[in-house]
Amino acid sequence: MTWLAWRQLRPSAVATFGALLALAVALAVTGPQLVHVYDTTVKPCPSIGDCSDAITAFGNKYNVLQQLLTIVMQVAPALLGLFWGAPLVARELETGTYKLAWTQSVTRTRWLATKLAVTALATGALAGLLSLAVTWWSAPLDKVGTNRFDGSVFGERGITPIGYALFAFAVGALLGLLIRRTLPAMAATLVAFIAVRLVFSQLIRPHLMTPLRATFTLLATVNGYASFNGSTSNLTAGSPSDASLQNAWIYSARIVDAAGRALTPQATASACPQLANGGLRAQLPPAGSAGHVHAVPTQAAGQALQQCVTKLSDSYHTILSYQPANRYWTFQALETAIFAALAICLAGVALWNLRKHLS
Amino acid sequence: MSVAVTTDGLGKRYGRRRWALSDCSLEVPSGHVVGLVGPNGAGKTTLLNLAVGLLSATTGTISVLGGNPSDRPEQLARVGFVAQDTPTYSHLSVADHLHLGARLNPGWDAHWAAKRIAETGVDPTQKAGQLSGGQRAQLALTLALAKRPELLLLDEPVAGLDPLARREFLQTLMIAVADDGVTVVLSSHLVADLERVSDYLIVLAAAHVELAGEVEHLLATHRRLVGPRRDSVSLPGDCRVIDASHTDRQTTLLVRTDTPIHDPAWIVEDIDLEDLVLAYMGQTSNVERNRRSGLRVQP
Amino acid sequence: MIEFRLDSTSGVSPYLQLVHQVRQALRLGMLEEGDQLPTVKEVVARLAINPNTVLKAYRELEHEGLASARPGVGTFITRTLSDASLAAHGPLRREMGRWLVKARQAGLDDESIEALFRDTFRSASAEDVA
Repeated sequence: MTWLAWRQLRPSAVATFGALLALAVALAVTGPQLVHVYDTTVKPCPSIGDCSDAITAFGNKYNVLQQLLTIVMQVAPALLGLFWGAPLVARELETGTYKLAWTQSVTRTRWLATKLAVTALATGALAGLLSLAVTWWSAPLDKVGTNRFDGSVFGERGITPIGYALFAFAVGALLGLLIRRTLPAMAATLVAFIAVRLVFSQLIRPHLMTPLRATFTLLATVNGYASFNGSTSNLTAGSPSDASLQNAWIYSARIVDAAGRALTPQATASACPQLANGGLRAQLPPAGSAGHVHAVPTQAAGQALQQCVTKLSDSYHTILSYQPANRYWTFQALETAIFAALAICLAGVALWNLRKHLS
Repeated sequence: MSVAVTTDGLGKRYGRRRWALSDCSLEVPSGHVVGLVGPNGAGKTTLLNLAVGLLSATTGTISVLGGNPSDRPEQLARVGFVAQDTPTYSHLSVADHLHLGARLNPGWDAHWAAKRIAETGVDPTQKAGQLSGGQRAQLALTLALAKRPELLLLDEPVAGLDPLARREFLQTLMIAVADDGVTVVLSSHLVADLERVSDYLIVLAAAHVELAGEVEHLLATHRRLVGPRRDSVSLPGDCRVIDASHTDRQTTLLVRTDTPIHDPAWIVEDIDLEDLVLAYMGQTSNVERNRRSGLRVQP
Repeated sequence: MIEFRLDSTSGVSPYLQLVHQVRQALRLGMLEEGDQLPTVKEVVARLAINPNTVLKAYRELEHEGLASARPGVGTFITRTLSDASLAAHGPLRREMGRWLVKARQAGLDDESIEALFRDTFRSASAEDVA
């Protein structure tokens, strides 16, 4: 049965792995150059002076290829689900070949299990190799780019693409079995896959591990003063440039007193009348930005803020809720494992359904 | 005489309402070539799919070669099946299909399969999708026979074929019967073909079994009676009217009887298989017609 | 060797057609004592018919004493039909000729004669069976 499953997959597997090989060659050629540019421009720049120009120039290197890789990494799992998952059973049901397959001396459970296993293996291998190549190639860019936990890159690096691809494949296979027609099953697979990916990254991923908490004293370089959504102005919380927060995924930063009560605008106003009264608001950094101070306040405003922060820091401090950088691979492993487990569950449902209902 | 297929009160319902087959009880003796006939939608495909385990019964039981037509390799190995429209993997070659058969069937006769394909003149490297209907049917038949089944079920295998391809297909089938004595159940619309190949007949109509028996016995016990018009018919006790038609002057009956009819008022004629099949396929509607025409059959 | 053919429109069952063809070949001298009939498989392969039909036809021929099976070899013709019945043909033909003249004198046309003959023949056969 393995032979038949592989024989059916072979033409598209050869084509897909061929495309992967072509991409790998392109990456193998450009990758070392990327490392070279990083080593000669970005790495030595802190000793020379301002890094932003060097970083910007480096970030724009191979811009087209970067964008292409982003697209490939986002759509590849979905495509595997669409073109290997959905037709796996649906095509056989549509063309009637299942009648040929199921009347050989092999149970239909073994038939489906083997097809699922062989194709899933190819799917996982393809996604894994693709991610390996892309992760390796992007490594220098990721050092200067966005946070690794960021939603736009977390799912495009490491092992998560394997989990997504397996999941998309299993969704496709099950929907193909239930819908029994290839094209509608493909459409449904796409919708289901995107929905689960979005729900997971928005609602579930942040809760995979309990975030750490850290307290920091208030600092004028970190805390600003602004108004939220048109409400009264207040001191804003921020995350200090501490080693423990390097590359961390910061959920929230709040200013609270020893009893855990949040700093109220009234308390700020009474403690720092000069801030509340002066027309300084517009000159102070905006709220909510984690880590970076976006605007340099004028000297007067800066002094007022400095005084206020010093005064309030006696009774107030910043509480940060975050996932430290060293949890990155734990998150990768957890997310991959969950998607892979979902895939196995879906495959189980498909097998159960084949036994019970497809008759 | 051993039995190939036994069904008891077998029924299959699709959805909530539609019964494709209902209350089907029959015994198909082994060693026969069984013709399964009936109008479209009569339940032929359903019966065959139930026998090979592609479908599961809603009511009743079915036993095939003494076993349950379930999803077990040992059972599957004993039953060959050629589905309607003879599906094959269009992008796989003929040789791939033979390889598939060898991989998936423990009793596979590779030598015979290769010989068969060579005899049909099909290029083994050709993709199944490029074969003619007749060649594809031959490939499907070869796959079903090379696993050396005890029972072979064929669902309208020759329906879409030209007369030459049909003849070649039936020749292959009949040679296999002569060689192995495999029991065959063949559904077909083409009574002329069945007249040649089958020695046992099952007529299905409107999801019911209307008639089942050895062809020879059926032909020996059915007669056509032609005589002057009469509305009230007096016939011997075991005589059952299957079909009746009237003109102003003449009454024509198709009757089933085990005893000869001596009434000189009737011209008694033998019938052929086609007459028999047509009479039973139309029986359901004839009951209604007879009631309206006022025909009384006295017991 | 005899080559069988089947007429699917004749209304005669396939096994009887085979029997008739052997008898006819015997009458016409195309088959003689000692000739071998085609094997069951040869007939099946040629005509695409049920092997049981051929077996049944051969059994019928054996039953009539026209052929006999030698296990492992085949079925062979054991006697011929031509001599015995040919002698009787002449007188019968003359008698029937006289009958035909009478029928024409009575005003029957060809079709009426044929219908009458068939009807009489059928009734006589039915009585034989009874």
